[in-house]
Amino acid sequence: MEKPTKSDQIKSVESKIVKLVDKVGDNEPESYRQSDVDRWGRSESIRKLTGKLFDPMYTKYFRAEWEGLEKIPTKGGALLVSNHAGAIPPDAPVIMHGIEKELNRPVYGLADFWFRTLPIAGTLWNRGGGVPAHPSNAYGILHDDQQLALVFPEGSKGPSKLYKERYQLRRFGRGGFVEIAMKSGVPIIPIAVVGAEEAMPILTKLPSISKALNLPYFPITLNQVLLTPFLGPILASVAYLPAKFKIRVLDPIHFDVPPDQARYSKTKILDESENIRLRIQDAIYDMLAHRKNPWLG
Amino acid sequence: MGRRILITGIDTFWGSMTAKSFEADPTVETIIGLGTSDPKVELERTECLRADHSYSIVSRIIKSTKVDTVMHTFMATETSAFSGRMLNENNVIGTMNLLAAVGGSPSVKKLIVKSSSLVYGSSPQDPYFFDENSKRPSLPKLRIEKSMIEAESYVKDFAQDNPHITVTLLRFSNVIGENVTTAITKNLKKRILPYLFGFDPSIHLIDEEDVVSALVFAANSDLEGIYNVAGDERVPWSEIGSIAAARPIPLFAYATNLISAPLIKSGIVTITPELMDLMKYGRGINNTKIKQTGFSYKYTTSAAVAKFCKLNQLRINLGRAKPEYKYQKEIESFFKHSPAVIGESTTSNE
Repeated sequence: MEKPTKSDQIKSVESKIVKLVDKVGDNEPESYRQSDVDRWGRSESIRKLTGKLFDPMYTKYFRAEWEGLEKIPTKGGALLVSNHAGAIPPDAPVIMHGIEKELNRPVYGLADFWFRTLPIAGTLWNRGGGVPAHPSNAYGILHDDQQLALVFPEGSKGPSKLYKERYQLRRFGRGGFVEIAMKSGVPIIPIAVVGAEEAMPILTKLPSISKALNLPYFPITLNQVLLTPFLGPILASVAYLPAKFKIRVLDPIHFDVPPDQARYSKTKILDESENIRLRIQDAIYDMLAHRKNPWLG
Repeated sequence: MGRRILITGIDTFWGSMTAKSFEADPTVETIIGLGTSDPKVELERTECLRADHSYSIVSRIIKSTKVDTVMHTFMATETSAFSGRMLNENNVIGTMNLLAAVGGSPSVKKLIVKSSSLVYGSSPQDPYFFDENSKRPSLPKLRIEKSMIEAESYVKDFAQDNPHITVTLLRFSNVIGENVTTAITKNLKKRILPYLFGFDPSIHLIDEEDVVSALVFAANSDLEGIYNVAGDERVPWSEIGSIAAARPIPLFAYATNLISAPLIKSGIVTITPELMDLMKYGRGINNTKIKQTGFSYKYTTSAAVAKFCKLNQLRINLGRAKPEYKYQKEIESFFKHSPAVIGESTTSNE
């Protein structure tokens, strides 16, 4: 991710040529930028740093194992769609870090705009590639920039479910992610993740506290119960259990509709959305059927 | 007969500079400038008139001068120099009076309104880039936002009711330049930049020169409708400070006005209500629509800041401000109208 890719190099050469040609007419306005924060707020250098910090977690702790990684394109836009779980969901950083490490291309994580309201954490989230899941943002990343974006259509309904409901996919929103992929003319690549549920299982939730603190949900996790005597209450709330992560990339779905339409058939959108949800659900059942235990895989 | 242009807000920097660039255009026969105070720049052949904030005399002026183009540049887009009541008077009532006058005149063919991207607001629900058709996700809270949205709605109604008049609405991002006084430039001139601790949103800035050239471009072309005008690049707040060599001043992000009252009330940092939201969530503007019509920006956001920084350092090192132009009515009218003047009327301290 630190080295410019071939297509970037070609692009920069192209832009230089364009600049030379343009010199005859108007000059391209100059830039005095000092940081590498891109137009979505992502900083390659901060991403590299957090990647370095997260890598031991990814390789040693969660021992993430990919299947079908070759189905993710090395260039061009694509919308990655995955299931979402764990009180503080670890699947987002695992998928993003994994793809950036293995395929050497950035992934933008689309998430609730609530993150923007957090001081410090919200800024770090944004610099690390987090972008509010607004349709126009997704379109810009997928269509204009031809990048990868990751979205969890379950939203906060996924991570907030109790441990006894584990691996039962929630409703996939209103299918907005399908519409965005259609509009942007990019395929959807479903991803099934196993392991996040066990990394931070929710035993119960305290709605009165979440309401008072204006949080989406306030969980009591197994981690807090097990680890508080050793780590204290704060660290125990953020420490994960060493679940084994398995990630399976499913076949990409291409839509046979023209891009950039004002509206798409709601029937088709909801059908496709449900179809993707079922495919991820089936893959998860298949993976769980082959799993001996949550910690060793 | 050449073009006849009326410019409102001749006392603002852009009003004066727009008038100045029209003076160089031989196809422009007459330029009339209307302002609540005197022009800031020396003008050669612009006829300057004083008006009150609600521009009640504008109808008489348009009727008697038969102008074909009206440039409406006097809307306040920043509250650092305005009280709440004056904002309403200036933006809403002023625009209303102007539109009534323009609509009642058969001579006007073109109306250009200078507005601000403030109408999009700044909230966590915002898209990263607002285009001209984007809906504002948050409800307007600030007086200035409400006044601009109201003024814009009058302009939109006016455009619908008067299809024979080409109406162009330009929405500018925050402006930077040594001649403009906004909360941002006030702080940067002191080489400080307040920020909300824990937040580092990205914003667009546009150079003052680009504002003027966009206004002139709109007057000289057949643009119609709404156009965003903002410098390329969306730059993080902290980086703006570092390009401008400004010391960052952290403010507590909650109950800022209360906790930072000593800093703000003493005038050490300048904070306006509209800056508060901007420092938290920033604002992204899609500026491509006007580029597609052939307009090109001279400065990117970062270049505008770098230029400002350079000029500011020059000013600080010289230890004094540039000699300010003082408008003197008798002298101006002598040079413009007296039969005694037969040669060049310009002075040489340009």
